Amino acid sequence: MSTTGHEAAANAPNAGEYILHHLTNLNSSGHAQSSMIDFSIVNFDTIFFSVLLGAAGLFFLWLIARKATSGVPGRAQAALEILVEMVGNQAKGIIHNEQSRRFVAPLGLTVFMWVLLMNAMDFLPVDLLPLVWQKLSGNPHAYLRVVPTADLNGTLGLSVGVLLLCFFYNIKIKGIGGWAHELITAPFGNHPLLYIPNFVMQIIEFAAKTISHGMRLFGNMYAGELLFLLIALMGMAFPAMSPVGGSLLWLGHLVLGTLWALFHILIVVLQAFIFMMLTLVYIGQAHDSH
Amino acid sequence: MYLNATLLAQIAVFIILALFTMKFVWPPIVKALDERAAKISEGLAEAERGQQSLVLSARHAAETMREGKEKAAEVIAQAENRAGQIIEKAKADARLEAEKVIASAKAEIEQEEARMRESLRERVADLAVAGAEKILRREVDARVHADMLSAIKLDL
Repeated sequence: MSTTGHEAAANAPNAGEYILHHLTNLNSSGHAQSSMIDFSIVNFDTIFFSVLLGAAGLFFLWLIARKATSGVPGRAQAALEILVEMVGNQAKGIIHNEQSRRFVAPLGLTVFMWVLLMNAMDFLPVDLLPLVWQKLSGNPHAYLRVVPTADLNGTLGLSVGVLLLCFFYNIKIKGIGGWAHELITAPFGNHPLLYIPNFVMQIIEFAAKTISHGMRLFGNMYAGELLFLLIALMGMAFPAMSPVGGSLLWLGHLVLGTLWALFHILIVVLQAFIFMMLTLVYIGQAHDSH
Repeated sequence: MYLNATLLAQIAVFIILALFTMKFVWPPIVKALDERAAKISEGLAEAERGQQSLVLSARHAAETMREGKEKAAEVIAQAENRAGQIIEKAKADARLEAEKVIASAKAEIEQEEARMRESLRERVADLAVAGAEKILRREVDARVHADMLSAIKLDL
């Protein structure tokens, strides 16, 4: 303990190192990922927390749904009913196919609940779980990121999942031939000269939708996390500063941390809602023919 | 901003979670909601029906009451009528009876009178004979006669 304390004091990270450390995933390679894209690596922390939150959240919903009664509902059931009605009404407004809705509406609920829970990990103190993990693993430099939606893999995984579902519904509703026809004739029109521009436009459209879908959530959560880290730095700087300046920084940590956490409640819920709505909209577009 | 195989795992987890929700979370809740909606609309229809039947039975009750009143009035009228008849009949009977009684009394009186007369007649004859006998036994004396005659008178 004393050696670790001594080491920590000797290797006390500067602000940049602290932030970088917090923004590095715990992955299968054992060190920070060096190349931008490397599919031989898996982020253990993102997968652990997203699976944990998804499973816990769904287990909780399942507990409520299992005992659902058409009589007077309990509070938990009433809350879930509000959620189900909200998602169900949105799905009804966007997807005019009763059969598709049987999967897409529950999908919307899953997305909303899951993204909400993953985003909400931001409310935990930024150093709490990393510290627990460093003690558990015995490695004082162990990496851990607790917000799966602040990892691009987490959000792009969701948006690519939605893209695959769009492909699935395009083929299911229009048939392979019908969809292929649409890919080369929309949006500019059915003319041999326009086939290639049409196809390029379609690819751009799908790519733009998917990347913006994933990036929007990632950007919001990443920025939120970064701000929490910066606020945490204020408090951390307090012992090293003069009493007056240090106290002001400590006060700043308290006030800004509170304000940002309160504002972040809005962002967390809003982003979860936006992600769900866009999921429904994109899958709904897969049902429309041009 | 590093991409790796986490993305693929995330896609798989996403689909699995969605399928779980579709299978185990969504249907019971939607079923409960639909059933409750059906129950509520049924209850509202039932209330509507109840309201209607209430109005109907109120109308029916008023009708029955009116009929009852009419019948009662009729019965009262009949009873009064009948009572009048009975009284009339009783009066007539009484009159008849009284006449009969009077007639029989008259007859009895007449009979009695006749009998009296008969017996008087018999007594007058006896008295006349007795008087004659007394006269014949004594000299006729006006004073004595007067006594005797007054005695006869008294006998009459």
